[in-house]
Amino acid sequence: MQELLLIAVGSAFVNNVVLSQFLGICPFLGVSKNVKTAAGMGGAVVFVITIASFVTGLIYKFILGNPNIMGGELEYLNTIVFILVIAALVQFVEMFLKKSMPSLYNALGVYLPLITTNCAVLGVALTNVESGYGLLTGVVNGFATAVGFLVSIVLMAGIREKTEHNDIPESFKGTPIVLVTAGLMAISFFGFSGLI
Amino acid sequence: MSIMGIILAVVVVGGTGLFIGIFLGVSDKAFAVETDEREEAILDILPGNNCGGCGYAGCSGLAAAIVAGEAEVGGCPVGGAPVAEKIGAIMGVDASAQERQVAFVKCAGTCEKAKTEYEYHGIKDCVMASQMQDGGAKGCAYGCLGYGSCVTACPFDAIHVVDGIAVVDKEACKACGKCVAACPKHLIELIPYKQQTFVQCNSNEKGKALMSVCEVGCIGCRLCEKNCEAGAITVNNFLAHIDADKCTNCGVCAEKCPRKIIKM
Repeated sequence: MQELLLIAVGSAFVNNVVLSQFLGICPFLGVSKNVKTAAGMGGAVVFVITIASFVTGLIYKFILGNPNIMGGELEYLNTIVFILVIAALVQFVEMFLKKSMPSLYNALGVYLPLITTNCAVLGVALTNVESGYGLLTGVVNGFATAVGFLVSIVLMAGIREKTEHNDIPESFKGTPIVLVTAGLMAISFFGFSGLI
Repeated sequence: MSIMGIILAVVVVGGTGLFIGIFLGVSDKAFAVETDEREEAILDILPGNNCGGCGYAGCSGLAAAIVAGEAEVGGCPVGGAPVAEKIGAIMGVDASAQERQVAFVKCAGTCEKAKTEYEYHGIKDCVMASQMQDGGAKGCAYGCLGYGSCVTACPFDAIHVVDGIAVVDKEACKACGKCVAACPKHLIELIPYKQQTFVQCNSNEKGKALMSVCEVGCIGCRLCEKNCEAGAITVNNFLAHIDADKCTNCGVCAEKCPRKIIKM
């Protein structure tokens, strides 16, 4: 239990997926213009990464990393198979939600298909394998990583809403000031490294 | 890496792809959601700005509501009569001609004509400015602050700040009502496009108090009320109001107004 907690805090804050591993920068910069949409995107990412960690964990355990098939040598196929599976999984989740949970489907809306190309999802799946996490630890790690993403994107959106009204030098307007902000946030998140 | 290894890799990746393909194909059928064809047809006709002027969350929301019978076929204020007609054809309902409306700003106190009490250097936003002392820097507490919250709200680029007051571009305005909601002074209202006389003031101040802060505002002298043959004008709280249903656009009120605040 303590180990799980350590993994969770570690991947949510200390090794924050965006600010420390630099994964999922695209939605982090693209969908962080206001807090509401950022929270929507973050929520969808939490949802997808948790499921994807579980499914890719299963595939690794029983096919790719299975010592009985080629002595576990198929590991080099991890990346390509995970891409395939994640893309299909998002499609399936979308269909499933549309049918059985229309309210959640409407809430996640356009963010769900966008996540297919979010490298944080693939990143988490590969990290799980690299770190040798089992199914449960993998899912916990995935969930915590996604929560880290949610926290950082919502923080970013909050800051961006404030800077909208600030007097920013002409050359820094738009993306430059966002990147500077992201850099400062990364430095402040560095402070978490003493936590574990 | 033996030849077996290569074949196995092909089998694993190909098999995964094949499995996913079949699985997605099957689940597409299994989880198919039946959507009303009319809903999609209506969505195609609607303007697609997703402005929310109809009161629903975007065009798809209105389309669903129309099919469900919760909204009128002419529910889209942006598309107006032409869109209502096409939707009516799909729904099999005769769309009665909807009168086109436009937004109108009830203030004529431009920079020259209205006094300011102090200099405001804060954020250029009407809601923010209206929180300041006396409801903003403008001498008249009812007038347009001119920081353009309505301009930001307008999805059609139909309202602009000219000489310190907001002015609506009648042709571009789609009467979605966003500016009406955005204005902290509740200055903007929707009036019929055909209406030609309007009182360009929102002040409930008495004559003397108003004259000390604005050169043009309505002082509630009742000259227009007395002279209107159609009985369309009423003066309440020192402010004239024209009833669009009764107004014949004769122009007598504009002529008689000593402050020239009724415009033709």
